[in-house]
Amino acid sequence: MKLSVWTYEGPPHVGALRVATAMKGLHYVLHAPQGDTYADLLFTMIERRNHRPPVTYTTFQARDLGSDTANLFKTACQNAYERFQPQAMIVGASCTAELIQDDPGGMAETMGLPIPVIPLDLPSYQRKENFGADETFFQITRALARPMDKTPQITCNLIGPTALGFRHRDDITEITALLSDLGISVNVCAPYGATPQDLTRLGAAHFNVLMYPETGEAACRWMERELNLPFTKTVPIGVGATHDFVKEVATLTGVEPTLDTARLRLPWYSASVDSTYLTGKRVFLFGDGTHVATAARIARDEMGFEVAGLGCYNREMARPIRALAREYGVEALITDDYLDVEQRIETLAPELILGTQMERHIGKRLGIPCAVISAPVHVQDFPARYSPQMGIEGANVIFDTWVHPLVMGLEEHLLHMFREDFEFHDDAGASHHGHKAKPRPDPEARQPVTADEHPGTVVWLDDAERELKKVPFFVRGKARRNTESFAAEKGLSQIGIDTLYEAKAHYAR
Amino acid sequence: MTHHAPPPPATGCRETPVLKQRGQHEVFCGLTGIIWLHRKMQDAFFLVVGSRTCAHLLQSAAGVMIFAEPRFGTAILEETDLAGLADAQAELEREVDRLLARRTDIRQLFLVGSCPSEVIKLDLSRAAEKLTARHAPKVRVLNYSGSGIETTFTEGEDACLASMVPALPETDKRQLLLVGALPDVVEDQALDLLGKMGIDDISVLPARHADSGLAVGPNTVFALTQPFLGGTLAALERRGARHLPAPFPFGEEGTTAWLQAVAREFGVDEARFDAVTGAPRARARKAVAKAATTLSGKSVFFFPDSQLEIPLARFLTRECGMEAVEVGAPYIHKSVVGPDLDLLSQGPTIAEGQDVELQLDRCRTARPDLTVCGLGLANPLEAEGLATKWAIELVFTPVHFYEQAGDLAALFSRPLHRRNALKLEAA
Repeated sequence: MKLSVWTYEGPPHVGALRVATAMKGLHYVLHAPQGDTYADLLFTMIERRNHRPPVTYTTFQARDLGSDTANLFKTACQNAYERFQPQAMIVGASCTAELIQDDPGGMAETMGLPIPVIPLDLPSYQRKENFGADETFFQITRALARPMDKTPQITCNLIGPTALGFRHRDDITEITALLSDLGISVNVCAPYGATPQDLTRLGAAHFNVLMYPETGEAACRWMERELNLPFTKTVPIGVGATHDFVKEVATLTGVEPTLDTARLRLPWYSASVDSTYLTGKRVFLFGDGTHVATAARIARDEMGFEVAGLGCYNREMARPIRALAREYGVEALITDDYLDVEQRIETLAPELILGTQMERHIGKRLGIPCAVISAPVHVQDFPARYSPQMGIEGANVIFDTWVHPLVMGLEEHLLHMFREDFEFHDDAGASHHGHKAKPRPDPEARQPVTADEHPGTVVWLDDAERELKKVPFFVRGKARRNTESFAAEKGLSQIGIDTLYEAKAHYAR
Repeated sequence: MTHHAPPPPATGCRETPVLKQRGQHEVFCGLTGIIWLHRKMQDAFFLVVGSRTCAHLLQSAAGVMIFAEPRFGTAILEETDLAGLADAQAELEREVDRLLARRTDIRQLFLVGSCPSEVIKLDLSRAAEKLTARHAPKVRVLNYSGSGIETTFTEGEDACLASMVPALPETDKRQLLLVGALPDVVEDQALDLLGKMGIDDISVLPARHADSGLAVGPNTVFALTQPFLGGTLAALERRGARHLPAPFPFGEEGTTAWLQAVAREFGVDEARFDAVTGAPRARARKAVAKAATTLSGKSVFFFPDSQLEIPLARFLTRECGMEAVEVGAPYIHKSVVGPDLDLLSQGPTIAEGQDVELQLDRCRTARPDLTVCGLGLANPLEAEGLATKWAIELVFTPVHFYEQAGDLAALFSRPLHRRNALKLEAA
């Protein structure tokens, strides 16, 4: 048993959900108790999807446990097939169903559905979300992909992007354009946007682009072996990595290595004198292995930072991350306990953190600026605007994202210097990106005014003042203003609890 | 007293046949109750014994709150815990010792059962007993189940409160017990109103602190402030306390009826009742009337979520002029929501439990003006052109009693306002 408040990764069936939701024409029947449907809202809220994830949960309850759960599963499978008419189904168990040993795969097989039904075996008590995604996509690929004739033109598959992936949507666009400049078109992008039918055509490509090793490596290795598809090892995040990626693709295919850098701005922005103060800034990196490894190179070679420490939460990437840390002369931190990460950050006291949503919060607490480079992320990191991490535009996005909290840092420094100016004061709110947020000056703290001093103003009675403090701080100012103007309108000189609520009712909409 | 609410219907919905279906339930499990309960009980810690899924659920539901040193966590079961059960007890004791050593401010510790811990039959009540003996008198350890196989969403609060009842000290005192976790501001308003009527001996379950002197006995009468407390009601009756059935205090009508039930029990005369409630009732009516202009004549469809659906449907139909198409609830305790069902005019389908696909079919056919549902359904239904109000907000936001009546109505009118305000057709 291990006490945990925050987890970097969900259970493995959430990984399977990420694959199912990324695809079209695939349905997932998950043997799971009531309540596991919470995972739906990750997709409908955080990623803001406009449809329900293609999952049927069997929703067994305590009273079903002795007898009925197997039948429940079969009924759910049959109903899902009839309602959604998918091209293929995946079936599996969540952590609780794993304990009751109903064998969803075996049961689904006996039903004789006229579509491929792919059983998943995801060990919930040993592995996590990324493994679940990688394994699920591997099993689907293994079940559906077959050797076939190559396309006449050079084509490739994009492998690894999923639902709930950090910037996967825009990375696909960027890499598709970059490959198109090389004269290479995309055969299948999977799992994101692919149907099971599309997966049967994977073998027609000349090679695979492994975009995210965490979620696509097992499938790529299998395709290399069984379908004779080599795959790329460089993840094109950062200027150097993008150049290397183009060279790697050129070597694999024999095309001319061309990269259109007309819109690439990171190198000049980084070279410009304005960026001089970035030199040697100590940065700590944490996230999934792939994003940390690529970010380390950008930080040192393209931004001129000093990498003060790095690590990852996914054990699957521990080996390459340890090797990378040695190369940078720092100690790798491989952990999924955010308290360990917090402790390391406190010890190293970096000037910038590049991490996940959790590191953003740690940074807030410690007063250190932070930018997000990796999942898990929250809703604000599924932006409406185009913001890839990969390729040319990705480099531009990364420059802005990382420098932004530091520029804010400079602003705050100036603010601090001029704090005696009438416009500034010690309690001026901190920026939203780094540096310890101080509470806004409390409007309640101002000196009480009496009606005598300022004729025409209204006085708050003690009990009303106390009641007002129960109103959440972010609307308290509005409540105060509304109440005062209401009182003024009514010609009242004092505000009691009743006045407060009269005003509330008056302004209610 | 002037009556502004419409007269009660000749026949309410109490005897309406309930549509019961089973299939996929799109609901939270009882663990989610922890998220608001731990804010209310300021010296309690909630330790879930479960899997990574449970931890992930709490994290997803708690949103940003997870970083404010929350007083809840998950002891995640690992492979070795599943292999041998004796070991799991020792592991749990070790984790609890470590936790209590680190958090010396904790006075009550809840071991919260989950689906995995229930399925492997981990005996949390024995663990709680042993741990209580070990950490007495400073910390009391209780246990309840918030598992999805046994509890739906707000039932987690019910299970938690019910677990506290047997351990409460005995008293012969004539007292009123308010049952249900309310936001502090709402609780204070309720106590203030009752105090002005001359009812002084009032306790609240759950209390804000472990040492509040809460006790129960045969002279205790209790009123529920939340409709999902069927288990707690039964536990209190076993201790000899008596339940005051009443509609739930939503809106002006609901609050007045709720207060009246209490006032009648304590012999408050009508003049005094009117003197205390007159002004706030007028305010509530006025505030509700503004939202009602948007809501009046509109149809509403409730997916099951929190058991608040029936009282809210009563409020929306009677005070805001809406028309209910279907009122789905995860469970219907007639002894608890009966008074609300009496006030709800016949017409809507009353549904208990869920087969979400079939219910979605019914919703799409009805095309209601407003659909109250969970976050897993809200955006997909909006994309289909249906206006939605996500239900979870109703559990976190202060919505009970007079001063919140306008806010409550506004929660439902806002999505409709927004739909009118946005001109996205051209985009």
